[in-house]
Amino acid sequence: MSAPHSIHVGDAILEVRDLNFFYGDFRGLTNVSLNIAKSQVTAFIGPSGCGKSTLLRTFNRMYDLYPGQRAEGQINFHGKNLLEKKQDVNLVRAKIGMVFQKPTPFPMTIYENIAFGVRLYERLSKSEMDDRVEWALKKAAIWEETKNKLQQSGLSLSGGQQQRLCIARTIAVKPEIVLLDEPTSALDPISTAKIEELINELKTEYTIAIVTHNMQQAARISDFTAFMYLGELVEFGKTDELFVKPQKQQTEDYITGRFG
Amino acid sequence: MSEVAPPEAVDLHAARVKVFKLQDTVFHQVTLVFAFIVLAALVGILVSLAIEAMPVLRQFGAPFLWTDVWNVPEERFGALAAIYGTVVTSVIALVIAVPVSFGIALFLTETCPVWLRRPLGTAIEMLAGVPSIIYGIWGLFVFAPLFSKHVQPYLQSALGDVPVIGGWFAGPPIGVGILTAGIVLSLMVIPFVASVMRDVFETVPAPLKESAYGVGCTTWEVVTNVVLPYTRVGVIGGIMLGLGRALGETMAVTFVIGNANRIVGSLYAPGTSIASTLANEFGEADPGLHISSLFALGLVLFIITFIVLAISRWLIRRGTAKQGI
Repeated sequence: MSAPHSIHVGDAILEVRDLNFFYGDFRGLTNVSLNIAKSQVTAFIGPSGCGKSTLLRTFNRMYDLYPGQRAEGQINFHGKNLLEKKQDVNLVRAKIGMVFQKPTPFPMTIYENIAFGVRLYERLSKSEMDDRVEWALKKAAIWEETKNKLQQSGLSLSGGQQQRLCIARTIAVKPEIVLLDEPTSALDPISTAKIEELINELKTEYTIAIVTHNMQQAARISDFTAFMYLGELVEFGKTDELFVKPQKQQTEDYITGRFG
Repeated sequence: MSEVAPPEAVDLHAARVKVFKLQDTVFHQVTLVFAFIVLAALVGILVSLAIEAMPVLRQFGAPFLWTDVWNVPEERFGALAAIYGTVVTSVIALVIAVPVSFGIALFLTETCPVWLRRPLGTAIEMLAGVPSIIYGIWGLFVFAPLFSKHVQPYLQSALGDVPVIGGWFAGPPIGVGILTAGIVLSLMVIPFVASVMRDVFETVPAPLKESAYGVGCTTWEVVTNVVLPYTRVGVIGGIMLGLGRALGETMAVTFVIGNANRIVGSLYAPGTSIASTLANEFGEADPGLHISSLFALGLVLFIITFIVLAISRWLIRRGTAKQGI
């Protein structure tokens, strides 16, 4: 059996090698290896509890916040192993942004929601910051809806708008990779369509990794798809091929809905 | 499903609905009565305080509030010294307790190792349960002597020459006094404020904090920019709870404040508070103006507490409006 990661993804920005993850004594990921292709969308699918969110949360060391969670193995990013203790996690997280399942606008104005993250790492003048905020909001396709109420609370927006605000906030710090953890599962179909469109546009400049429960979504928006089950990477390949001609029986069962 | 229910079933159904309606009505009335007990108690206390205080208010009028004479033999009474002591000790208590409690809550929710979290949290709750008389005894027999010997002289030499605040540390370092009362009060208030702050900090959704960490924030940045604004209402509530407790605290303050019914600029000087004046004098007060003036003091304390509550409500409302929620 060939290792799943051996498929050619072109220019890899993240190389995951023999990654194991532990929640205390429970093993959440087992020997996961794959490459995330630069400027492409990589989707992670699989039933609940299969480890796809866990995997995503190792990419920006989010698990570090929780004592008892630990990762072993390698995630190489620009030639350095992200999992090493001496890595500055705040810097990693500025380079590898994340958007969550539920929209999480900060309790501040729309403008500040964007400017806040930028200010952490850059010193911009007022007009430069204005430009950056506008740029990010335009990128996230929410400028038209917010340009007249930048001083209102981020919480005053609708759910779909909040989620686009969160995407704007993430790209405003100009990360290289954007991690999306089920970004549309709390949204209505119209907002979902907008976010999917957005992902499509963003991938020219950013590398995107998305966890989704929605297989149609994975098929629509991703270039590569990884199917995970019980903490293992079962199959990884080009999205077209994986959905049309899966190599593994488990993958086929899952994508055709015959799982269980 | 059949379209027409058999008649007996309809009857049964109607009977059930009747019973439910009755239950709801009774339940509604009973809870209403309970709620009114609170209101009745509040109004009752206020009215009885006002009635008992009436002779003094008639005699001295509004100047009762800003006169600092408390002369029992001559039957001349003013509330200012007691109001001053109450407010100043409470302010000292909050100035110390708020930052310390904030640090405690922050440590417990954000940076504390898991194994320490429970014991430390329990210890704080136990501290809140210590009877105030214990704080009073400890303050008088342990803290005040140590404070007067090892802290007050140094504070005096360090800060005594600083303009404005220098006067606060003037006078003999005798241990008991306004400052000591404020510090003991702060110790009593810390567990309350800290545990409320901890509880509200814990209500911040993990994804919100993760988002802030996700743009590269340090723990401090997450706390000041996300956790605090998100929990502002609860934090203000916790501080006000502490302030309410400090304003009304009786036993501990009576032990350490020195019980001198006068106003001196120095915080080292003994003073009095409304609650401690009441505790000291109620037992042997003569009927007439003396006892009436004690009731009037009680009324003043009631009103101060009410004002504090109103201000906190206003702060919360204004903050919410600003955030546009």
